[in-house]
Amino acid sequence: MPEYIPAKFCAGCGYPIILMTLGRILEQKQLSKKAVMGLDIGCSLLAINALPINIFHTHHGRVTPTMLGFKRARPDSLCFGLTGDGGAYAIGWQSLFHSALRDEPITVIVVNNTVYAMTGGQTAPTTLPGQKTDTNPNGYDGATFFGPESLRHITHKDAYLARTAANNPKDIATYIEKAIATQSAGHFSLVEILSFCPTNWKTVGKATMDYVENLKKVYKVGEI
Amino acid sequence: MYDVKKKFMTGAEIATQAAIDFGADTMYGYPITPVTEVFTNWIKQGQKYLQTEDEIAAGFAVCGAVMAGQKAFTATSGPGHILMQDALSMAEGMRLPFVAIVAQRGGPSSGTVIYSQQETTLACFGGNGEGLRLVYSPGTLAELYTLIRRAFNESWQYRFPAIILTDGYTVKTRGLVDLENLKVENVASAPLVKEGEIKHWPNIFTFEEELYTEVMKSKADFDKITAGVATAEEYQTEDAEILLIAHGIVGAATKVAVDQLREADKKVGLFRPITLRPLAVPQLNSIAKKVKKIVFIESSLGQLARIIKDELSPGVGASFEYLQCPGLGIEIEEIVNQVSKF
Repeated sequence: MPEYIPAKFCAGCGYPIILMTLGRILEQKQLSKKAVMGLDIGCSLLAINALPINIFHTHHGRVTPTMLGFKRARPDSLCFGLTGDGGAYAIGWQSLFHSALRDEPITVIVVNNTVYAMTGGQTAPTTLPGQKTDTNPNGYDGATFFGPESLRHITHKDAYLARTAANNPKDIATYIEKAIATQSAGHFSLVEILSFCPTNWKTVGKATMDYVENLKKVYKVGEI
Repeated sequence: MYDVKKKFMTGAEIATQAAIDFGADTMYGYPITPVTEVFTNWIKQGQKYLQTEDEIAAGFAVCGAVMAGQKAFTATSGPGHILMQDALSMAEGMRLPFVAIVAQRGGPSSGTVIYSQQETTLACFGGNGEGLRLVYSPGTLAELYTLIRRAFNESWQYRFPAIILTDGYTVKTRGLVDLENLKVENVASAPLVKEGEIKHWPNIFTFEEELYTEVMKSKADFDKITAGVATAEEYQTEDAEILLIAHGIVGAATKVAVDQLREADKKVGLFRPITLRPLAVPQLNSIAKKVKKIVFIESSLGQLARIIKDELSPGVGASFEYLQCPGLGIEIEEIVNQVSKF
């Protein structure tokens, strides 16, 4: 059995659920050897030793172009980019957008907790109106960004885009499996996962679950 | 007599040929004057490529490709070179064989589009690192070819990022070159992330000591290869009283100026660094110690001078003079006129 080394995520973080689900799928499908995961910088960087597969760090916002370079060099590899909502939809959006437009056969997993969590809870493109953050202490008053929905307008018809949540591990598994199948078929895939951030949300227990359930009312889960 | 081996080629065509002769497999690029032709020539040769959305993506795609073991490279200039520093910094931190052909254009900002030597500091010390990268400065078209070959080989052999720092004049100049005589053996590529290896490869660290250890290991490796990599041309230095220091095509112009100044009985010599990183420091100091005056000649406000002066030993007693023309080409006559006054 492969050894799972505990990562350094905060207590109550959604990342471990997502990573364990990904790891289980790769193991079941015997894809661990072919899998390569690049990590954006943010909370995603803490996944460096989370799974028994090849994993490396990149820079903030740069995991997508790094992984497309890897994939084009090794088309038989299974390339994942793990990133937060800031890395995907703010600093990395230009690269993510064009990679989706070109239908690069990589799988991007976006962990959306509506804040820049690693740096202490600043506003992200996914922050909700009224949400108090470190950079909007009186409440965010801007627009909200819908990543997969925005990409749907420009992606290939066979590209795969979906959103689920960290408290729906069965859907995480289903969507990641479909994303892997999409990559294997030569198309772009992205799965956004609404994830817990009790540290920055300042929530405990049920309040964290309620927070995610409220997020689902804004960010519709399902295939997009 | 006409030499059939010689070909009439532009610098951009020569750069492309050097990459092909190395066996480079793919190029990631974003068009920017004056280096666009390196990219378009590569494409016209039927080579694999991707035109990315910006230089950031081009740089990081090269990072991903070389991690997978592919001989990939890029080319850029000016504002694109600034963006490329993001990926170069990752390449420096992770010791990736990242090769970039940089044709300098005028700066700051969008500046001018063809020529300067104002990207010297950026090439040598750009990024949030310690300048542990290989930087080559060709003076001629033939040298552009040999240094690109060296950059690829030494980058893959020693695993430091490599920049061939040229300029728009060089890549747009057409001249006769005999590339057949310049061929060298190629260093093989190998994947840095192998299938089934289970490598967890960090470039961000929890503890200061971890990063310190990484940087010091790279520094020790860089020091170890310096004697074998650092290269410079010295010309007419035996009895020189005035040492002219210049790099790139200004270095080539200065060499001709040395001949003309010698005809006027001026005891001048040339030190032309061929590698700016690492610099041939012992060679520089052995010449610099013997002269009364050092003249720095460059198309920038002292970017080369700072790199050189940083390495001069305390025993060097020469006084300094400068011919600095930021963003401006420097002709032989101007060098002769200026140095004649010293």
